[in-house]
Amino acid sequence: MAKITLEELRRLREQTKADIEKREVEGKETLVIVGMGTCGIAAGARETLKAFVETIEKLGLKDVVVKQTGCMGYCYVEPTVEVVMPDMPRTIYGKVDADVARKIVEDHIVHKKLVSEHVMDKPAADIMK
Amino acid sequence: MAYRSFVLICSGTGCESNKSGVIFDRMAKQITEKGLLSEIQLVKTGCFGLCERGPIVKVLPDETFYVDVKPEDADKIVEEHLLKGRPVKNLVYQYEESQKNIKIENIPFYQKQFRIVLRNCGVIDPENINEYIARDGYKALEKALFEMTPDDIIEELKISGLRGRGGAGFPTWRKWVFTKDVQSDVKYVVCNADEGDPGAYMDRSTIEGDPHSIIEAMTICGYTVGAHQGYVYIRAEYPLAIRRLEMAIRQAREMGLLGKDILGSGFDFDIEIRLGAGAFVCGEETALLASIEGNRGMPRPRPPFPAISGLWGKPTVINNVETWASIPVILLKGGKWFAQIGTETSKGTKVFALTGKVNNSGLIEVPMGTTLREVIFDIGGGIKNGKKFKAVQSGGPSGGVIPAEYLDTPIDYENLQKLGSIMGSGGLIVMDEDDCMIDIAKFYLEFTVDESCGKCSPCRIGGKQMYGILDRITKGKGELADIDKLKQIGRAMQKASLCGLGQTAPNPVLSTLRYFEHEYRQHILEKKCAAGSCKELVFYTINPQKCIGCGLCAMKCPVNCISGEKRKPHTIDQSKCIKCGNCYTVCKFGAVIKG
Repeated sequence: MAKITLEELRRLREQTKADIEKREVEGKETLVIVGMGTCGIAAGARETLKAFVETIEKLGLKDVVVKQTGCMGYCYVEPTVEVVMPDMPRTIYGKVDADVARKIVEDHIVHKKLVSEHVMDKPAADIMK
Repeated sequence: MAYRSFVLICSGTGCESNKSGVIFDRMAKQITEKGLLSEIQLVKTGCFGLCERGPIVKVLPDETFYVDVKPEDADKIVEEHLLKGRPVKNLVYQYEESQKNIKIENIPFYQKQFRIVLRNCGVIDPENINEYIARDGYKALEKALFEMTPDDIIEELKISGLRGRGGAGFPTWRKWVFTKDVQSDVKYVVCNADEGDPGAYMDRSTIEGDPHSIIEAMTICGYTVGAHQGYVYIRAEYPLAIRRLEMAIRQAREMGLLGKDILGSGFDFDIEIRLGAGAFVCGEETALLASIEGNRGMPRPRPPFPAISGLWGKPTVINNVETWASIPVILLKGGKWFAQIGTETSKGTKVFALTGKVNNSGLIEVPMGTTLREVIFDIGGGIKNGKKFKAVQSGGPSGGVIPAEYLDTPIDYENLQKLGSIMGSGGLIVMDEDDCMIDIAKFYLEFTVDESCGKCSPCRIGGKQMYGILDRITKGKGELADIDKLKQIGRAMQKASLCGLGQTAPNPVLSTLRYFEHEYRQHILEKKCAAGSCKELVFYTINPQKCIGCGLCAMKCPVNCISGEKRKPHTIDQSKCIKCGNCYTVCKFGAVIKG
C-alpha cells in the first residue's frame, strides 16, 4: 500500500463507511424479510435474497435491512418475502424471484407502490389498486 | 461485493482462550463449503464486554447474540442460521426465562452503558485499518493537522474536562500545556499500557479491539506539543494486544498515517513499542520512563515532572491507554459534547473491568456519575448464587473497599476518594458474604510487598511489617494493639513513600479497617472468621443428629480424616483436617458444620 493523500483518505472513508454501515441496524426503518425454510431455499430464495442485497446496494438505499427467517407457511408460493416500512402496510409477497425482488425494491421501497400481482397477504382494500 | 449478513466473532484474549479462533476457522470452512463466501462476511472483532458468557458470536443485521459458543456449534450456526435463517435458539443469550430472542440493545448488561473508549470494540476488525477509517478513524487527526492549531486542540481538551484515566485523574490538557510550553529540541509522547492491577484488563481490551485509536491520539498529541517520537510501553504478558498494535502501526506507516510528512502536512511522527517485563511499579510514570530508557524500573522523586523532564531528560507527555482512546472522539465531537457527560468534576465515561462474585463479569463503560449499585446490580446482574453483597474493591492494590451502605454513591474521582478508595485504572472486584476482609487486605498487600522495588524504606519495610501483622491476625494470633499499629504504619507509608506504589499500598488495609474494624476485632478477640475463609480459624465438625452415615464426605476427603461406621454418625479428626471444605460442600443433609 502506498502512502495516501488527504483526499484519498477521505475517499477511502466514504467507501468503507457504506460497507460498515450495513452492519448497523439502529435507525433503519425498512425491513425486508426473506423466508429461507427448506421450501424457500429449494424454490430459489437464495437468489432472491442476493438480488435484494445487490439492488439495495446498487441504489444506495441506506435505510434498509435485509433479514432472513424460516418458513412463513406459504409454501405453495415460495419464495416468500415480507416488507415492513413506514407509510406502507406490512406486505407479504409470494413467488418472488430475482426479477420480482428488484421490482419490489424499486416500486415498493423506493416509490411506495405495491407490486400487486405478487401480494399474498392483502392489506386494507383502499390501499390496493 | 454485497454481503447480506455479518458474523462478528469476539477475538479478545478472554474469548480467544475459549477457542473463539477455532470457532472462526470452522465457520469460515463451513461458509466456504456451503458457497456462502460472497454473501456472508466473517469478522474477528475486539471485546464485546460480556466476558462471563464468552465466546460471543453476533450475527447482523439479525441482531442475534450467541453466547457460550463452542467450536462444535459453529457448523450448526452456519447450517441453521446463515443458510436457513433459523437462529440456533439454545445458544441465544437470554437473561431470564421469559426473555427469549431479546434485541441486543435491550440486554440489561448493555442498557446503562455508554461507549466512547470502547466505541469500536466488538464492532470492527482491529486488524483492518480500513474498518477503523470507516468509523471516522483518523478524521480527528485530519482535523487537528489541517484545521486546528496546537492551542485550539488544548483548548478543546480543556473544555472537555478530560482527566487522566490511569488513576490519579490529573487534567490531561495541563500535562500537554506543560510539555508544549517547554523549549526543547526533542520531546516525547508515551502511552502507558502497563496495566498491572489484579483483575483489570481495560487497557488490554482497548488495544486488542481498537489499536488505531491509540496511534491516532498519540499522533495528535505529538503535533500539539511538538514531539516526533512516541512510545507505547506495554507488558509482554499481553501478546495479542502487542501483535495487534504492531500490525496497526505497520498499516498506519504503510498508508503514511505515521512517518514523515503525514498526509502531506509536513508533520513527522512515529511510534515504537517497548515491552515491559511485568513489574507493577513500572506502571508508575517515572519508573516506566526509566524502564524505556533501558534502566531498572525504579521511580524517582517528582518534581521535576515528566511533562518538563521525562524520557532521557526531555519533556514527555505520558497518558494512559483509556485517556488516549477518548481523545479522537473529543476532537471530532467537541469538548462541549464530552463535558455534558459525567459529573461536575469528572467528565466523560469510565471503563471498568467488573469481576469477582458478580453474575456478568466483563468489560463495561459507563458515564461518570453512574452509581455503584447500577454497575453491580443492573449491568453486573447482581451477586452470584443469590449471596449477599458485602463490598466492592476499586482501584486495585492502590484502592480500597466500599461497603454496601455506599452503593448509591455516583462514581467519580472525588467521591471514591472520600470513601477511602480511588478511581484507579478501573478494576472493580465484587465481594460477597463469603469474603473475609482481612484476607482481602492481605491479598493486596502481599501483591504490593512482592512488587515493591525496594528503593525507599517506608514501602519496603512498612509493607512487610503490615503484611506480617495481617498474617498473624488471620491465623488467630493477633492482638488488639495490632489494629493501632496497622494504622500507624499505614499512615507513615502514605506520607513518606517515594512513589504512588508505596503511598497507596496501605489503602486496602486502612479502608477495610475503616469499614470492617469489627471483623478485625472478631479475628483477634474471638479467634473467629465469620466469612469462614481464614483456614486457621475455621473448624469443620459433624452434627451426629443430622449425619445418616452415608460416607460421602469420607469418600471425598482428600486426607482421609473422616471416619465412622456405615449408617452411623461420622467424625472428623481435627489433627489431620486440612480445612478444604469438601465435606461441607458435598453433604446433602447439612450435617457438616462450619464454624
